[in-house]
Amino acid sequence: MASWLDALSYLLLLGGGAFVLIGGIGLLRMPDLYTRMHAASLTDTMGTLLVLTGIMLQAGISLATIKLAAIGLFLLLTSPTATYALSNAALMSGVRPNAQWLDRRPEP
Amino acid sequence: MTVLFGIFLLTLLVITAIGIVRSENLFAAVMLSGIFSLLMAANFFILDAADVALTEAAVGAGISTVLLLGALALTPMQERRNRAGRWVALGVVTLTALMVVYATFEQPRLGDPEAPVHQHVAPWYLEQTPALVGIPNVVTAVLGTFRGYDTLGEVIVVLTAGTGVLFLLGLPGAIGKRQREDLASGRSYLGHHLIPQVVGQLLIPFILLFALYVQFHGEYGPGGGFQAGAIFAAGFILYSLIAGEREALSIISPRALMALMAGGALLYGGVGVVCLLLGGSFLDYSVLASDPRTGQQWGILAIELGVGISVAGVLLAIYHAFAARGR
Repeated sequence: MASWLDALSYLLLLGGGAFVLIGGIGLLRMPDLYTRMHAASLTDTMGTLLVLTGIMLQAGISLATIKLAAIGLFLLLTSPTATYALSNAALMSGVRPNAQWLDRRPEP
Repeated sequence: MTVLFGIFLLTLLVITAIGIVRSENLFAAVMLSGIFSLLMAANFFILDAADVALTEAAVGAGISTVLLLGALALTPMQERRNRAGRWVALGVVTLTALMVVYATFEQPRLGDPEAPVHQHVAPWYLEQTPALVGIPNVVTAVLGTFRGYDTLGEVIVVLTAGTGVLFLLGLPGAIGKRQREDLASGRSYLGHHLIPQVVGQLLIPFILLFALYVQFHGEYGPGGGFQAGAIFAAGFILYSLIAGEREALSIISPRALMALMAGGALLYGGVGVVCLLLGGSFLDYSVLASDPRTGQQWGILAIELGVGISVAGVLLAIYHAFAARGR
C-alpha cells in the first residue's frame, strides 16, 4: 500500500515542480504585466496545490496533514485575491494590456 | 542537505541584497526587502530556529513591508541620485566586508558541538528548564524567565520606538480635537472592491484566532508575545485596508491604542513588582504560586501577554500614524 502511495506522491511533487518551473519561465518570457501575472498565478495555484498534496500523502493521516490542508485552503483563498488586487492596481495606475493583435485582426 | 539548502538560500539572499542596493525605484526596494526577510526566515527555519523564523516572517516580511509602504506614500517613489562621497562609502563597505571575512576564519564549523556557544550557558538552560520551569519550549523559558530583564528591555525599546513615531507623526484623533467622521475622509481603501472585502472578512477571524494560538501556545511550540502581537496587528491592518481607517479606528480608538501600548509594558513590569511584593526578587516568578514551577508558568503567561499587547498596540499605532498622513 505504501509503495503506490509513495509513487503517487512523487508524481504529484514532480507535477507541482513542473508547474512552478513553467510559471517561472512564463514570468520571464511573457510580453506584458497581465500575461506575466497569468503565468505566475500558475505557480500559486496548481504548483503549490500539487506539492502540498504530495507532501500530505507523505505525511499520512496526522496533524501535519491537517495543517497542510489548512495552508492549501488559505493559499487558494489569498492567491487569487492578491492577483486581483495586483491587476486592479496596475489597471488603475494606467498599465494597459498589450493587445495589439486585437487591432491587427481581420474585419469579420 | 541542510548545507545545500543553506547555500541556495544565502545565494538568493545576496542576489536580493544587491537588487535592493541597485534599485532606484523605492517601491521595488521595499518589495525586495520583504523577499529578503522571507528568505532570512526560511534560513532560520533550516537552522532549527523556529521561533526566530516566525518572528522574522511576521515582523520582517509582513508588518515592516506594510509600514515601509505606508512611509513610501509620504515620499517620492524614486531614489534621489547622490554621487558625493561614493568612494568613501565603497571604502567603508570594502573594509567591513574584509573584516567580516577575516572573522569567519576563526568561526567554528556549522553545528560543531564544541563551539563556544554550545559550551557556555546553553547546556545549563537545556538541563534546568524541565526542573525549574517545566515547559517544553526552552526558547520561551530563556526569553521569559532566565532572561526576563532583557525581554523587558526589548518591550521598552518597542514602546519607545512607537512613542517616537507618534511624537513625529501624531495619531489621528489623539492629538487635536478632530471629529471622528473626518478622520479618514478622502482616504482610498478597498471598500468598493468586492473580492478583497469578502475574502478579507472571511480570513480576519482566523488570523486573529491564529494570533491567539501563537500567543498562548508559546510555551509548547514556536511562538510567543512578539510574533502574536505582529500577527494580531496584521489582521487589524488588513481590516483597516478593506473597511477603511475610520471603521478600524472606531473599533480600537486612538486612546485605546495608546492604552494598549503602555498597558502591555505596564503588565510586564507589574508582574515583576508583584514578585517583589510577594517576597521574591524582581521578575522571579517562583513566588507567584505555591509550586515554584506553576509560578514560573503563570509568570511567563502573564509577561508574554504583556509583550503581545504592547507589540500589537505599537505596530497598529505606527500604521495608523502613517496611514493618517496620507498623500
